[in-house]
Amino acid sequence: MTIKHVIAAAASGVAMVAMAGAAQADVLFWSTQAKPAQESQAMREQVLAGAGMDVNYQGNDGGPWLTRLQAELQAGSGEIGVLGALHGDFAAMDPADLVDLDSLGVSSASSTFNSLAKLGTSNAQYIPWMQASYIMAANKKALEYLPAGADVDALTYDQLIAWAGNVKEATGSAKFGFPAGPKGLKHRFFQGYLYPSYTDGVVRTFASDKAVTAWEKMRELWSVTNPASTNYSFLQEQLLSEEVWIAFDHTSRLANAFNERPDDFVAFPAPAGPEGRGFMPVIAGVAIPRTAPDMDAAKKLVAHMLDPATQIATLRATNFFPVVDVNLPSDLPPAVQAAGGAVAKMSGSADANPGLLPAGLGAKGGDFNRVFVDSFERIVLGGQDIRAVLNDQKKALQAIMEETGAPCWAPDAPSKGACPVE
Amino acid sequence: MDTRYIPYLLILPATLFLAVFFVYPFFLVAAQAFYADGQLSLANFRDVTSYWKFPISLKNTLYLTAAVVPVQLALSLLMATMVTRMQKGRDLVLYIWTIPLGISDLAAGIVWLAIFEQSGFLNSMMVGLGVMDRPAALLSYQSPMMVFIAIALAEIWRATAIMLVIIVAGIGLIPKEYYEAGDVFGASRWQQFLRITLPMLRPSLQTALILRVILAFEVFAVVAALGGTLFPVLMGETYAYQFDLLNNSAAAAIALIILGLSLAFTLVILYALRVPKGARV
Repeated sequence: MTIKHVIAAAASGVAMVAMAGAAQADVLFWSTQAKPAQESQAMREQVLAGAGMDVNYQGNDGGPWLTRLQAELQAGSGEIGVLGALHGDFAAMDPADLVDLDSLGVSSASSTFNSLAKLGTSNAQYIPWMQASYIMAANKKALEYLPAGADVDALTYDQLIAWAGNVKEATGSAKFGFPAGPKGLKHRFFQGYLYPSYTDGVVRTFASDKAVTAWEKMRELWSVTNPASTNYSFLQEQLLSEEVWIAFDHTSRLANAFNERPDDFVAFPAPAGPEGRGFMPVIAGVAIPRTAPDMDAAKKLVAHMLDPATQIATLRATNFFPVVDVNLPSDLPPAVQAAGGAVAKMSGSADANPGLLPAGLGAKGGDFNRVFVDSFERIVLGGQDIRAVLNDQKKALQAIMEETGAPCWAPDAPSKGACPVE
Repeated sequence: MDTRYIPYLLILPATLFLAVFFVYPFFLVAAQAFYADGQLSLANFRDVTSYWKFPISLKNTLYLTAAVVPVQLALSLLMATMVTRMQKGRDLVLYIWTIPLGISDLAAGIVWLAIFEQSGFLNSMMVGLGVMDRPAALLSYQSPMMVFIAIALAEIWRATAIMLVIIVAGIGLIPKEYYEAGDVFGASRWQQFLRITLPMLRPSLQTALILRVILAFEVFAVVAALGGTLFPVLMGETYAYQFDLLNNSAAAAIALIILGLSLAFTLVILYALRVPKGARV
């Protein structure tokens, strides 16, 4: 080996050490949100650039997100500085693995969100970061088929079924789209929309007679739903391809349709049933794992995310709305304006029946969702008897509630101890 | 150094790698599957097998394997014989035929989804040709057979090449003298294929079939892309337990069931295609 080689090797070694040092100084923001490349880029350039520190933002699928986090927690040390995830992701964790954040002095404007963020403990385990909801969207071509007397901003489930039926009759194909694909959020429709609207509950009323009616309506709706819905997970795609004219989905999963062709689509509230207009918020939060390498930097970053200016930048980047009081600028992207209007109409409607996200289920959140998804697959896709399926699924639901001891959440009436399935 | 040890020394890194990253995790997974509430039990297996979707996903996995593997075997034998007879351009054809091998299975599923979905190529073509009035939803819960066919086609397209490569290599190993002798005795091409190629190919067929059957039991991404939730398979259930339900033990239990199936079929194939002792070259 010549002297030159030795110097070159030493130089590259120094360079590598220096790079490793630089990587150490970055705060790793490990998130399940803003996964698409475009959104991640916007997070890095518009939201995190002003954080006053180097932030390495990584958006992941839920599985890999949790796998690495668990590995770091088990190892007792790690690289992840700040976690960004949905309420449900945090609820599935052991609160002891998250640093208490009360001392930061930041919180959302909603006391409901703030108490959800305690995850059943008496301290804030995560800080609410941004919110969204589920709404309806339609191609303007569908509006002429609205049944007589129906107001698109105050639809009932019966009117929605009639409307989708009219469209099917007129165009020859079913054009209502429902996110029933593998990554679709159909369970939230049952938990936050169908059940509250028809039974004024989710757990207590799971197998009630009113629930039988709800599933009968679901079958009716399905008969005018595009049967390819079992492959749909992001309805914006089918709205843009016009495979679907009327759709229900998460606001951020409809956003591209509005942003690409703002003049072609309308957003409007979810329909109402006999017990009101059921709807449910989505909350994402930021938290710090107990293994964060640089606790002060992580806390500074969490505080930065709640800053009003950051919140507006986040809204532009992700289509998730602020959780703190901000004055929204007027030049927001079309998707944000459309979704914001629909959510405001939904929560402001006279018959609004807001529900909460399932709480207190811990690691059983997935099993809870599966009860509803299985009921859907058996009743609607499999054509099994509604009463028999509900009685069967009820046992699974009962077992989950008893095992976790989770008390009822709105719109179910409060319970002492585990929420009973009546 | 004693040269006798060199082979062992050379395989040592690979063995260590396998031991650390395969054998050790395997025992961890097995332990996870057999432990519930801190004691040895079959509770995890009872849980997963009593779930209403388990028999359906088991049946689907077996049907898919039964439909796909024989077709792939026949196709790869046909393609391999064709390739070996070629004088020119043999490598080029082989490269082209093995392109699907280089594509991830999810990508393959998405390619076929682009063909079969409602706004996909097949529909556009049929409408363009006037066969259909308007695009139809082919991959829907109302037509489970169509979903099955689409998945089977995608699997055949994607994974025939792996058998092809093994069989082409195997055919290359058969001494020419056998065929010359066949010619001398007036055997037809078909007779030569049945009496010389197939029997001499047994070791390669074993390898190809074992690989393919094991992969067929692990089918996942293609099914997820084309069938969504319409066509539950064992691997999909494993994924659901691990990532949707965060239930590692149940996922480990299904993984072991898949392993058991793979082992059973491997033994059957090993036995069925064994080369009798006296006939080994």
